[in-house]
Order: sequence, then structure tokens, then C-alpha cells
Amino acid sequence: MNSNASAASPEGEKPQDLLGIRRRPIAAGCSLLLAVAAVFLIAVPGAIFFLAPVLQTMPRVWRRIGKLDAFQIGVTQAVDFEDAAPLPWAGITAKRAAFVRRENDTAFVAFSPNCTHLACPVRWMESAQLFVCPCHMGTYYKDGTVAAGPPPRPLFKYPIRVRNGEVEIQTTPIPFV
Amino acid sequence: MLGLDLARRAWEWFDSRTEFSRLIGPLIQFRVPPRTSWYSALGSMTLTAFLVSTVTGMLLGLLYVSGSGPAEASIRFISYTAPLGGVIRGMHWFSSSALIMLVAFHAIRVYLTGSYKFPRELNWVVGALLMFLVITNGFTGMVLRWNQAAVWSTLIGVGFAGRVPWIGHYLGYLILGGQTFGGATVSRMFAVHVFFVPALMFLLIGAHLYLVYANGLSERPEAGRPVEPKMYRNWYREMLNREGVPFWPEAGWAHVVGSFAVVATSLALGILWGAPKLGNPPDPAMLHGTTKPDWFLMWYESLVVLAPKGLYPYIFVGLPIAFFLLMVSFPFLFNKGERHPLRRPWAPASVLAACLIVGVLWLWDIRAPWVPRFDAPPLPASVVGTATGRIARGAALFHDKGCELCHAIAGYGGIRGPDLTNVANRLTMNQIQWRIINGSPTMPPYGPIMTGTELDDLMSFLETRKAPWGVSPASPSPPPK
Repeated sequence: MNSNASAASPEGEKPQDLLGIRRRPIAAGCSLLLAVAAVFLIAVPGAIFFLAPVLQTMPRVWRRIGKLDAFQIGVTQAVDFEDAAPLPWAGITAKRAAFVRRENDTAFVAFSPNCTHLACPVRWMESAQLFVCPCHMGTYYKDGTVAAGPPPRPLFKYPIRVRNGEVEIQTTPIPFV
Repeated sequence: MLGLDLARRAWEWFDSRTEFSRLIGPLIQFRVPPRTSWYSALGSMTLTAFLVSTVTGMLLGLLYVSGSGPAEASIRFISYTAPLGGVIRGMHWFSSSALIMLVAFHAIRVYLTGSYKFPRELNWVVGALLMFLVITNGFTGMVLRWNQAAVWSTLIGVGFAGRVPWIGHYLGYLILGGQTFGGATVSRMFAVHVFFVPALMFLLIGAHLYLVYANGLSERPEAGRPVEPKMYRNWYREMLNREGVPFWPEAGWAHVVGSFAVVATSLALGILWGAPKLGNPPDPAMLHGTTKPDWFLMWYESLVVLAPKGLYPYIFVGLPIAFFLLMVSFPFLFNKGERHPLRRPWAPASVLAACLIVGVLWLWDIRAPWVPRFDAPPLPASVVGTATGRIARGAALFHDKGCELCHAIAGYGGIRGPDLTNVANRLTMNQIQWRIINGSPTMPPYGPIMTGTELDDLMSFLETRKAPWGVSPASPSPPPK
């Protein structure tokens, strides 16, 4: 005789069922739920960690690039400065550059060196008064407007100001994105 | 023989504890259609290239430091100081380059033999995803060299990503690991290159191989024998019973030979040629850099440079996405019918067209007429004809105003614009002057940045650029490179 025969109760309950509830579908359903929950417990913090650069804004800091007297009027020159809040191990990659020109006694203009075509660093040619990109020959006039070549828009400008006789440039996120 | 007897007993012990031969035997002896092994070996060769890249990559990881400061120094150490470091790095470079080439050859072969049709559609999709992952690892690997080219390559990649509508700058920040290039960039590239992509690739390769096993290796296509989903599986099973050969050891021979060739070539080239030279450190403030993409992207650079301005987002972003979508939709659009390439002339025609297009773009990128020749020296007096006076001043302006970046005279200068050695034979002075003042889409108008005197001097020089009929002016050999 089958030991699992449901002769024990009038409703045909198997002895191993608990309070009339079938265990197998419950076990399957709950396992699936817990497994999905476990995946979410890893995936959600993981996704936030992975996407953090998109969610954070970098601070904008004014960096000194020299005394006012060090810049001649009408001369375009390259300057170096440090990025805002670089990571402690950034090393050489914390350096940034810009092209700066003093327009008159107090006004300056600063250009991002990234060509607006594909971000290669442009070079300033003093004798021709042109910015020329070494990658695909994007060419800009000294005011940053496009003279020729593939760039779709003028050179990006960085905020620049004079404070207490010091020239300061503001760090910005990468401008063309 | 005591040794052999011992070995046999050891094997029997192992086999009885693992049931290894019961599992592996049927697996590797599974039957495949006849006369398919030499072209289907491309798949195994691709896998081998991936495995060599993985192993050499793991070895490189013993010394590579993925921090912005020390990364460059650690790669120099690997390349020049560590014993056999240059060889391992070279093997990594050649096996991963081989991987990219073999992925292309393998995909083309599968396409030409119509093997993506029923019932192997899903395998084609898995393969397309694998191809995308391989290209991603190719790009991130280029960046991990962490030299000056890596800085600008990353920014160029960000420039591409930035052109995606709506989410462009977020994608750019994701690549950079921040809102600008910096300390987080290299570690992010490293994690993607070493952890995320390989993990996904191992999973997908497992799926890829399983699907080959489950659906069977595709048979040689025959003209006049189209794929009919309702009848295919029965037909295939019968054909295997009649004519199938076991993969191991018969059909597998071609795969072994091909894979061995991949390994041996990687080692040989790694020793003889080595990995790409490193160049300058990754200094974003060093503005005298330039970058050439790695070989597998050179054709794409040509495409990008030739794109019309208004279409940048469509070409930079739309084209790769459209290509990828086309690839994954293919098996669902054309999953039955003739498989033989001669009965599907679109297949060989499109492959030929693609090869020609990519080949021409690739050769064009080697020539790279759009690169300004910054190193062109001023024209010597022997070319100008004099060292004093207006003509000499004009010749100096030809260099100083940047004309020589794009135009050549007597072999000195660039090739972006027309050669001006004998321009006075072709154009009148008025035409030349008009062009200088007004420029063109690829030439800056010099009107705003040239004085009247400068223009006159330049014109008097260009006026002398004229060959008498049938005689070319004495010109020296081109400047030394």
C-alpha cells in the first residue's frame, strides 16, 4: 500500500503539506523572488557606482595663471594650470592647458585647446595668426571662429578674470560634450 | 613500462572520480558535416586569438599599474626592463590585432555561407555582440597604453559619444570617469578592459559554442538546396548519420592547425616586431601632440574626415548603430532560402563592396592629406630663385602664413591643397589673389589676416611660379624626411 495514500483525511491532504498549502509552488515562487531581490541588491548599488560620474558635478575653481603684467596686449599664448579637485593619484593627467590673449588693459579671452571637430589640441601659429589643428586641419582665426576645415563651431571659451593683479582662469567640464 | 602503467592508472583514477571521458568523449566527437573543417576553423582561430590575448593580458597585469601617475612608467618597465616583457606585450598586441581581423574574416565567412539562417539565427546575434565587445576592448586597450596618444584618443572617443542626441555628454562623462580627463579615466578603462568585457565575453563565447553544439556545425551550402525550416532538422540529422565525420580527431585537425598558426604567429611577431612604440607621456597640457588611431580604426578616421559638416551626428554615431542594427536583424529578415553565395549575389557583392570601401578609406588614411605639414621648412633660395627683395619676402610669407601646411612647391609642403609649383601656368594673378583673400571650405580666407603689402609680396613670389612650356623649373630633390 502506498505510504503516501491520502486516506488520512477526507480532503485528500498529503501528510507533508503544511496547513493545506502546497509547498512546491511556494518554494519555487519564493526562491525566484529572493533570487531576483538578490540581483537587485547587487545591481542597484553597482549601477549607481558605475554611473556616478554622470551624477556628480565637478566644482568650478579659479586657478591663477600669472600676474597681469606678465601678459602683453595682443599676444596669444598657451598657459598650464591644474584641474579642479584632481584625484590624489592623478599625477600628470591633472594638468590642463588653454590659449590666453590679453585684449586690452583689463580684458582677457581664453580658449579651450580642444578642436571642436574631435578634440585634438590645436596649435597657435603666431606668424599666420591662426589656430591650426594637427589632426584634420581645422583652422580658426584668433577670435576662435572657424576659418576652414571640419570643425562645426568656434573654439570654446573658458571664463577668465583679473583679481588683485592676478589673472585667473576657471576650470570647466570638458567643453564639447 | 612502469611510467606508462602508472600514467594509465592515474588517468583511470581521475576518470572514475570525474566521469570525464563519459562527458567529454561525446562532446568532442560530435559529428560535423563533411568538407567543412578548413573554413570553419576560422571560428576556432578567433577563439584561440582571444585566449592568447587573455593569457598575455593576465601576465601583463602582473606588472601594469592602472593609476594615472604610474601607468606610463609601468608600461615602460614592462616593455624595456622586465625579462621578456617586450615579447609578452608584443604577443598581446599581435594576438588582439589578430582577434579583430579573425572576427571580421569569421563573420564574413558565416555571412557568405548563409550559416546565419535557420536554426542558427541566435548564434549570429551572439556573434554580433561578441564583435562589439572585441571592438570595445580594442579601443580601451589602446587607451591603456597611457601615452600621449591615449589622452587624445580618449577625448576623440568622447567627442564621438558626445554627438549622441540627448545623452551625449553623459556618455562622455561615463567614458572619462568624470567631467573631464583625469585620475579616474585610466582605472575605468582598465576595469572595463580587464573585468567587464572579458567576463561578458566568456559568457557569450560559452553561449556561442553551446549553440554550435546544439544546432550542429552548418554544412557546406549547395546551390539549389535552400533552407526550409520545417524540414531542415530531420534532413540535417539524416545527413550527419550518412556522411558526418567526428570532430575529434578528424575534422578538428584543421582547427588545431589554424589555432597553432595563430599562437606561433603571435609569438614570432611579438619577438621580431614588438608592440607599438610608446612616445610621449599622457600630458593633457602638452599641446604639440597629434594622434593616429590604431590600424583597425584608420579607415574610420578617413570616413570621419570626409563627412559633410551637417551630418556629423549621423555619420559618427548613426552609422555604427545602423550597421549594428542591420547585423542583428539580418537572420530574422532572411532566415530561409538559398545558402550558396552564387545563389545570393547580394552577399558576395556586398562583402566585396565593403572590402573595397574599407580598403580605400584605409589607404587614404595612410596618405592622410589632411595632416598639416608643420615640419615643412621655409623654401630654400634655390627653389625661390633669389634671397633678397620682394620675391624672397613673398616666399618667406608662403611659409610663415601657413600656406606650406597644405600646399607644396617643388616638393616642400603639404598635400591637402593643390600643388603650387607651377600655379602661374594654370591661374591668372587675379584668380590667385581672389582665392587667397576668399579661401574655400577647406582653406582659410586670408583677407582678414593679411595686409596689402604682405599680399603684394606674396603675389610677386607666386607670379614666378611658372614653367616655360615643356621645361620644368630647376627644383631640388624633396627635403629629407
